[in-house]
Amino acid sequence: MKLSKTFDKALWVFHLNSGSCNACDIEIVAAITPRYDTERFGIKLVGTPRHADVLLFTGPVTKKMKDRVLRVYEQTPEPKVVLVVGNCGSTTGVYYDSYGIEGPLDELLPEDANIIYANGCPVRPENIINGVKEAWLFLEKVRGDNE
Amino acid sequence: MNLEVLIEGWFFKVVLTVLVSFIGVFLGLLYKGFDRKITAMMQSRIGPPWIQPFRDVKKLFMKETIIPDTAIPWLFNAAPIVALVAPLIALAYLPLGPFGPIMEGYGGLILLLYLLAIPAVAMAFGGLASGSPYATVGSQRELVLMMSYELPLAITAVALAFNYETFSIATISSEPVWNSVGMMGGIGFALILAALFAVMPGELSKVPFDQAEAETELAGGLFVEYSGRNLGIFYIAEVVKMVVVGAFLIALFFPYNLSSLYSFGGPEINGMMLWNVIVDTAFFLFKLLIIIYVAVSVIRVGFARFQINKASYFYWVPMTIISLLGMLLVVVGGAA
Ligand code: SF4
Repeated sequence: MKLSKTFDKALWVFHLNSGSCNACDIEIVAAITPRYDTERFGIKLVGTPRHADVLLFTGPVTKKMKDRVLRVYEQTPEPKVVLVVGNCGSTTGVYYDSYGIEGPLDELLPEDANIIYANGCPVRPENIINGVKEAWLFLEKVRGDNE
Repeated sequence: MNLEVLIEGWFFKVVLTVLVSFIGVFLGLLYKGFDRKITAMMQSRIGPPWIQPFRDVKKLFMKETIIPDTAIPWLFNAAPIVALVAPLIALAYLPLGPFGPIMEGYGGLILLLYLLAIPAVAMAFGGLASGSPYATVGSQRELVLMMSYELPLAITAVALAFNYETFSIATISSEPVWNSVGMMGGIGFALILAALFAVMPGELSKVPFDQAEAETELAGGLFVEYSGRNLGIFYIAEVVKMVVVGAFLIALFFPYNLSSLYSFGGPEINGMMLWNVIVDTAFFLFKLLIIIYVAVSVIRVGFARFQINKASYFYWVPMTIISLLGMLLVVVGGAA
């Protein structure tokens, strides 16, 4: 895995709804509209995990979605970063202790997964962009470790 | 060694072809960057910097390349390479600005039509070989679309060949087609040109004719299983194809050169004046930008994706009728 700065400025994002209430998904759409225009950072929404560098998960993981989440994670080529958008993805939020929930994402994904959080219920688009900035910082750290 | 002999020699042709291939890739990525920037500006966004496609490609080559278990590996890996090589070869048969085709005399319009069709076929095979249902649907759509737009494209070639009585693209581009026909033929060629502009987004699988990729419904269509290096090669192939189709359109319908109006002089190299060559090259790049702007960016922003049956209908019925009408006018006008 050899990363360079180019990688940061060409992040392709795959968005998976793992059981969210849909509010965060709408905020993600807001982040690619003219007002916030994340494409200026080279961010592009792609349709398949095979093309993705960033996996964007929204929502607590429901029982039905657990296997799919893991499978999508596996299908994504290395190097990859997981961006958890919304409180319910990071802590299960308003769905806390619900019977249909398998738990927050970080408990399900493999130990070595690189997870970044953007919190809010729902997340503001600014916070999603902030999450991307944190992904950059994270990638910078990964580069530093490798050298 | 004598310069004339060197330029006629095969070794020089090989070197030139390699050089033109690299220039083609560079130009393609550059124009893709402009296209994305212009599109963003038309949607009142800021958009990515023009260097973005270079970054995308570099990133894709850094990523892991996955070959799915369900795929047929050799076909899966060969498809992107074939899709890239065909438009690169086509570049060698096209006149580029002040320079004639490198492979002049070895093939003309017919060969170019085949070379333009190969990438679509390669993409379809790659999709079928990847063993994903989404990619299979994408491949089928690509083939349907290809069969639809080939007819107007072939009619264009026939009409031009009829007018010039040759398939040689160097001869066709030596004189603008508008000068060689009368009023009726002019209208005929204008109709054919309109059909060709409609074919171009289909040929490049751009919105409104990107049913084969269709991110929102097919999740990437025939590229769905491609990742890393293979996807990067497809990316490059796509942008080179943009340059090739643009240069094809320029060679057939707008082979104008500024130096024929006014000579800029300069030291003479092999029968061409240096400043003339530079100005004509710049003018060619400008024409290419305009064509890509009209046929790719504006149409992409202005239209939404057609359903595949409507797209097919669009090419089979209205566009075929328009180009047939154009050919009829050319034939009648030529005979008169
Ligand atoms: S974080 Fe809140 S708004 Fe976002 S998906 Fe979860 S419940 Fe909905």
